[in-house]
Amino acid sequence: MPAPIRLRELIRTIRTARTQAEEREMIQKECAAIRSSFREEDNTYRCRNVAKLLYMHMLGYPAHFGQLECLKLIASQKFTDKRIGYLGAMLLLDERQDVHLLMTNCIKNDLNHSTQYVQGLALCTLGCMGSSEMCRDLAGEVEKLLKTSNSYLRKKAALCAVHVIRKVPELMEMFLPATKNLLSEKNHGVLHTSVVLLTEMCERSPDMLLHFRKLVPQLVRILKNLIMSGYSPEHDVSGISDPFLQVRILRLLRILGRSDDDSSEAMNDILAQVATNTETSKNVGNAILYETVLTIMDIKSESGLRVLAINILGRFLLNNDKNIRYVALTSLLKTVQTDHNAVQRHRSTIVDCLKDLDVSIKRRAMELSFALVNGNNIRGMMKELLYFLDSCDPEFKADCASGVFLAAEKYAPSKRWHIDTIMRVLTTAGSYVRDDSVPNLIQLITNSVEMHAYTVQRLYKALLDDISQQPLVQVSSWCIGEYGDLLVSGQCEEEEPIQVTEDEVLDVLEGLLVSNLSTPVTRGYSLTAIMKLSTRFSSVNRIKKVVSIYGSSIDVELQQRAVEYNALFKKYDHMRPALLERMPIMEKTASNGPTEIMQTNGETEPSVPDTKHLPLVTQPANQANDLLDLLGGNDVMPVIQTTLPTKPASAGGELLDLLGDLSLTGGPTVVPAPAPSVPVSQPPFLLDGLSSQPLFNDTSAAIPPMTAYSKNGLKIEFTFERANPNPNIAVITIHATNTTEADMTEFVFQAAVPKTFQLQLLSPSSNIVPALNQGSVTQVIRVLNPQKQQLRMRVKLTYTHKGSPVQDLAEVNNFPPQSWQ
Amino acid sequence: MHIRLHTLNQSIRFILIQNRAGKTRLAKWYMQFDDDEKQKLIEEVHAVVTVRDAKHTNFVEFRNFKIIYRRYAGLYFCICVDVTDNNLAYLEGIHNFVEVLNEYFHNVCELDLVFNFYKVYTVVDEMFLAGEIRETSQTKVLKQLLMLQSLE
Repeated sequence: MPAPIRLRELIRTIRTARTQAEEREMIQKECAAIRSSFREEDNTYRCRNVAKLLYMHMLGYPAHFGQLECLKLIASQKFTDKRIGYLGAMLLLDERQDVHLLMTNCIKNDLNHSTQYVQGLALCTLGCMGSSEMCRDLAGEVEKLLKTSNSYLRKKAALCAVHVIRKVPELMEMFLPATKNLLSEKNHGVLHTSVVLLTEMCERSPDMLLHFRKLVPQLVRILKNLIMSGYSPEHDVSGISDPFLQVRILRLLRILGRSDDDSSEAMNDILAQVATNTETSKNVGNAILYETVLTIMDIKSESGLRVLAINILGRFLLNNDKNIRYVALTSLLKTVQTDHNAVQRHRSTIVDCLKDLDVSIKRRAMELSFALVNGNNIRGMMKELLYFLDSCDPEFKADCASGVFLAAEKYAPSKRWHIDTIMRVLTTAGSYVRDDSVPNLIQLITNSVEMHAYTVQRLYKALLDDISQQPLVQVSSWCIGEYGDLLVSGQCEEEEPIQVTEDEVLDVLEGLLVSNLSTPVTRGYSLTAIMKLSTRFSSVNRIKKVVSIYGSSIDVELQQRAVEYNALFKKYDHMRPALLERMPIMEKTASNGPTEIMQTNGETEPSVPDTKHLPLVTQPANQANDLLDLLGGNDVMPVIQTTLPTKPASAGGELLDLLGDLSLTGGPTVVPAPAPSVPVSQPPFLLDGLSSQPLFNDTSAAIPPMTAYSKNGLKIEFTFERANPNPNIAVITIHATNTTEADMTEFVFQAAVPKTFQLQLLSPSSNIVPALNQGSVTQVIRVLNPQKQQLRMRVKLTYTHKGSPVQDLAEVNNFPPQSWQ
Repeated sequence: MHIRLHTLNQSIRFILIQNRAGKTRLAKWYMQFDDDEKQKLIEEVHAVVTVRDAKHTNFVEFRNFKIIYRRYAGLYFCICVDVTDNNLAYLEGIHNFVEVLNEYFHNVCELDLVFNFYKVYTVVDEMFLAGEIRETSQTKVLKQLLMLQSLE
């Protein structure tokens, strides 16, 4: 067989291949040749063949059949063989193949070889791909080499030891004695690798950490020498002596000084020295400074040093090199919580970074900017951030918009500013805002009573310009529905009122209904808005016509609404004004983020007009209840937990809040649901209350009464009856009495039950609990318990006593078993 | 003795030298990967790194590590490190390595790396070991390389 071709030739040949297929053919041919050569067990050419194989492996072709050959090469005596053999082992073998264990013996022999280069090869291979078993077997040899005087080998041994420790952490102790003198080395290379070894040991084991803490003074001295010493040609990089070593020492100091006051103090001086003396014109110096900053921030440094560190980061931000800016922003983001004031000083530079070209820099600058916003700088910052929102990539817009909303909510200097800001976001990034921001905004607008006219005017103008951004359209149509009268009457004080007629407004809203750009949700909003305008505008006929057209719409949601609104016109016209009244002010339960909206209308006068109407209606009561649900019936006691459609303010919200921990299935339902849901038809038992059935059923009084609440002189007793038609219903009558000398006025009792129950509260007898038990307030609660679960209830009581308002929450768990079984 | 069990947390996961077309000129792995995983990683790195230009930084977030890279002529030198590592220092490390290659091959070009691929591995092994930087003095490394060469 002719001698196998040389490596160079093979490479040259392969490079002449013009297509992938040609290359593959060549490679296959060569592999076949190599395979037969291997079979001949030819020692002379094995090295060459394996080298060729490795080249082909690098191109991406399989080369596993050469694994054993590598082992043979390692066992050979020739250096060239060994070298290729070890290389092959590192490239082709990994610890998941059992073959690699065969190497162990070879490596062991080579670790004790007379030539340092062979020893070096062995150490290198072991350090790169040694498996746990190999490491265990050979750790002793490595340890021996760690103590040798040959610095070439010591360096390799140190890093090899690092690998061994990573693979077999229990062996760490074995290397402890050898570490004693590591730091007194003069040789930088050994010093460097020793520091790495020490770092690894300290990171792995807290005991080692304690043990090595005493090395801090020595490390400080070494670092000092590095900085002070003159030019050392061997390790110099751009005028700085051995920056790599400096960085590693700083890192080790960081680990040692973390959460230890004494060590941190010992380091303070040297850190300050490095921070001020390092040359910053090149990347090298900055690399060292960066590591110094990281160390200062991590240990228990004094505040002066921390400020120094943040100032360094601030300087980094002004650097032309974007790498350095990036690194600075990342670190500042980590420290902004703890050193807020110091970071604030660099705010303007950070804001400038918003205009950078690199995406990752922009993102970090944005996050950092939001973290720095506070009451003092809100106007300026918001201007910059809104400008950024205009011009940034779509991937940022959603986050930026949410951030703007949050910041505006927390720090808005005035309502008008807040609304202006929101409008700006809606008009520029309208399609990217999150779904939950629509109800939040609506609530905000509702609460800024004096701004209603201004808001609706601006929103109307925005609608005229652009109807493609759904959140904007939804908010606008809701506002027009609510405050359309203000729009038409031109009452705006904040800016020039525009002249708008009712027909123009209705044109716009109808335009939304027919436009292809509107989503079904938006259409729902605009239909409801049109309906609401029927009580605010005079062109009722037009509205009636529109509503009736949509009674035959293909969209089920729209159709249902239209049909019900139609019914409102035809049969319940007397109820229409009350139902379509302005929304009351909503209170928020928590101050940030998407929250449930709690409607507090239960605290004003208890239901007067509508509950009186309800008993008069017999058969179509079903429909009326659906309507009340849809429009968020203003004056009905909030009780039912049915899911509500697109209306953001919901009647059930209050109780859902109370239900917070009682809910058996997890968190409370979030009230504003962006997707419209078909209103759940009322369970039959509510009709019971509306029909002529007696509310109090005196039969079956076998259930004992119980005291549900007794505090501060207010006592509430529950008495039970069973409603005959439905044994799952418990009828509870509360009796509230007052033992104090002053009346409790404006008394309101509210209750909430877990999700598997349903609760209906009827109106109370009065809202004054007279003093000294002179009388009582009674109220009926009906609880439907289809799953026969244990009854639990949470009650909320509010009243005014001796001029001051009192509020209390209580849980009632002591229901007698007969009440729910 | 109480020992915290870490996963293998060396700094460097792998070192890659690739050209613009995606051909690997050197792949040194300090972590265990299957062959197909390795191939996938190579392709991913290539995809991520070649779309960046001068206006981007030299750092890319990659899976749950990060890649420090620099382009020299038609070759991308990439080091994949842990997220907690000092980016700027590794950038210096890359440059150190390239300068050694330059000295060793006398104005190195891509073809040098192709025809002498096993020597390139030797250079890597002199400067890095077990996923850490081992020797940073260029003079020392070159001296050792010449000694090794004389043994051939």
